[in-house]
Amino acid sequence: MTVARTSHRGATAWRRRTTGAAMAAPALLLFGLFGIVPLSGVVILSFTGWDGLGAISWTGAANWTSVLTDSATWDALWLTAKVMVLSWLLQTPIALALGLFQAAAGRWRALLAVLFFLPLLLSAVAVGLTWQALLDPAFGIGATPGLGWLARPLLGDPDLALYAVIFVIAWQFIPFHALLYQAGVRQIPVSLYEAAAIDGAGRGDRFWRITLPQLRYTVVTSTTLMLVGSLTYFDLIFVLSGGTGGPGTATRVLPLAMYITGFQAHDMGRASAIATILVFTGLALSLITTKWSGFTRMASQQEGS
Amino acid sequence: MTGKFASRTRRMAAIAVAVAATVTAAACGGTAGPGEAAASGLTMWALSDQTTLKESVEAYNADHPDRKITLQLFANDDYKQKLRVAFGAGQGPDIFFSWGGGALGDYVSSGKVAEISATDLDTRRFTPSVLKTATFDGKVYGIPANGLAPVVLYHNKKVLADAGVQPPRTYDDLKAAVATLKSKGVTPISLAANSKWPTLMWHEYLLDRTGGAQVFERIGAGDGSGWTDPSVTKANQLLQELVDAGAFGDNASSLSYDQGAATALLHTGKAGFELMGTWEYANIAKAAPDLVAQGNLGWTAFPTIPGGAGNPDAIVGNPSNYLSISAATKDRAAALTYLKDYVLNDAQVDAYLAAGSVPPVNGLEAKLAAVTTPDKEWLQFVYDLVQKSPTFQLSWDQALPSEQADPLLTNVDESFLKKITPEQFGQNMSKAS
Repeated sequence: MTVARTSHRGATAWRRRTTGAAMAAPALLLFGLFGIVPLSGVVILSFTGWDGLGAISWTGAANWTSVLTDSATWDALWLTAKVMVLSWLLQTPIALALGLFQAAAGRWRALLAVLFFLPLLLSAVAVGLTWQALLDPAFGIGATPGLGWLARPLLGDPDLALYAVIFVIAWQFIPFHALLYQAGVRQIPVSLYEAAAIDGAGRGDRFWRITLPQLRYTVVTSTTLMLVGSLTYFDLIFVLSGGTGGPGTATRVLPLAMYITGFQAHDMGRASAIATILVFTGLALSLITTKWSGFTRMASQQEGS
Repeated sequence: MTGKFASRTRRMAAIAVAVAATVTAAACGGTAGPGEAAASGLTMWALSDQTTLKESVEAYNADHPDRKITLQLFANDDYKQKLRVAFGAGQGPDIFFSWGGGALGDYVSSGKVAEISATDLDTRRFTPSVLKTATFDGKVYGIPANGLAPVVLYHNKKVLADAGVQPPRTYDDLKAAVATLKSKGVTPISLAANSKWPTLMWHEYLLDRTGGAQVFERIGAGDGSGWTDPSVTKANQLLQELVDAGAFGDNASSLSYDQGAATALLHTGKAGFELMGTWEYANIAKAAPDLVAQGNLGWTAFPTIPGGAGNPDAIVGNPSNYLSISAATKDRAAALTYLKDYVLNDAQVDAYLAAGSVPPVNGLEAKLAAVTTPDKEWLQFVYDLVQKSPTFQLSWDQALPSEQADPLLTNVDESFLKKITPEQFGQNMSKAS
């Protein structure tokens, strides 16, 4: 009896495991092919010297010591952190406000929501070139009467360029995060607000005690995407700075430093070392955000569902 | 959401995947090229704006239907990377287009380019100072394939006349002109400093005039201590002096050359001068045909610097573009036939002159005298400038090995922004090389 039951249970477990493996296989295979394989290639390359043309030579840890002792790497990392934090501080409140606004019913709100969404539909290069033209001090928006105070080298001043870049990034990505918040707000059961209204809660109370706590996981999702996204953000900064991370090195974030090292200086070994740093920082960041917020538990906050 | 999330991994792998993709693309191109075409022809890579060069390939193909050249044209930005990846993967074209200098030197030192010897073709018909840029250890690895591109000082004659300023002959004239133009509310000199390489042109001329051509020749030969020469500091001081005098206006640091705003400042009369390569003539002629037709676009050689050690006739810029033959080509004879009889032959020289560009070929006097287009004065100026120049220094970012180009441009920019002192420029550069 017992034996039969154990074997029966074993068979079920085995069947469940194989189905699980079979279902995960395509995803795993693709991830291995396009994620793990190139990634290991990059890690291996980081221990070699290669100019992209001649033979690949083994250099041991030389790239790593030179990258880690180079102040340029740390400057780039610091800039990346600045972009990350400032982007979050700028984008989250605006995206939340827009999301709340769009979630409510109303025809003109829907129309505005469509308009707000437009920047996300444009490619980063189009956004970059457009803003580069708009921010041009001689021929851009600064030439509009009344906006003369904008007629300054916003992208050319080493003290302003980074903020101009952060603004353009926000312009492009706020619609996406607003959409997340809009979806989140719409999922909050109306009954919660009705109950609060009966208890006599005001607008502020309802926002702070119902909306925001209910949006907790949306905030976590949006934050993770913003942090990891700005860590690897490249295209828009590349276009806005004319591919140089300038003025000087004022907007040379780590991904841009990686590109310049790899494809302009043709030092693939060092570029791979920087790439590896990026991968592990990104992994660590998303792990920390999800762990710290309890996101992985995926528990619903609504009673009974 | 998943898309955004995946973009992290995607971007991480971007380098590897991009390389793999380009290699595959190159390999695919390769099968149509050297692979199966060994018996039937060659491949050649060039930039898509080289319309005159394209005609030379068409002329060759018409005469050699059995050994045709398949020409592939690329946009400027990704051409260098594509070429490098293709050669790195052993899938390079048989004939390729380059800028000479340090970048071509990389290919030479890794044995990817074939030498073009004196018995292969007569290189004496080309301007010697131009040929030098594709010569390594006394051996020629590329021949000039299009027009000369020295850097000259353009001016808007109308703006200068309104301010009562004469085109400058000396550096002091230039400084006086800057002060006058500034007081009239005009940006004295248009400069696309955001792109960095236009600022480099000022460094090149200022160093050449103050210290002479030999200072950079030493650096270019691999002696990084050349950067600590006092004339390098002096050149940086002179440039920062111009910056302090407001010579480049308030907005230079945000002007990007490719956007055309720097060019527009000059031809719309918002700026007096611009230091730029000869290709700017064609740009201005296209953007403001009236200005050129009415003779309001002026040009001079870079001013002399009193007390400077440099020859006032020396020039800097891009001598030309070059065509080289891959060491791995299967039909060297056909490639040589093309280079010898079709590149910059009589018809090509005429075509370049008609397009407002002077090819680096000796003995053009008769042809220039016969030109009837409004470009005549300009063509004569460029030809004379190059013919009488003792040295023609290739742009530093092209002359130096590619790993030094970025530190160079970054330091040039930081010196312009006054983030570093004139002394630090040389110190930083000697450290980087």
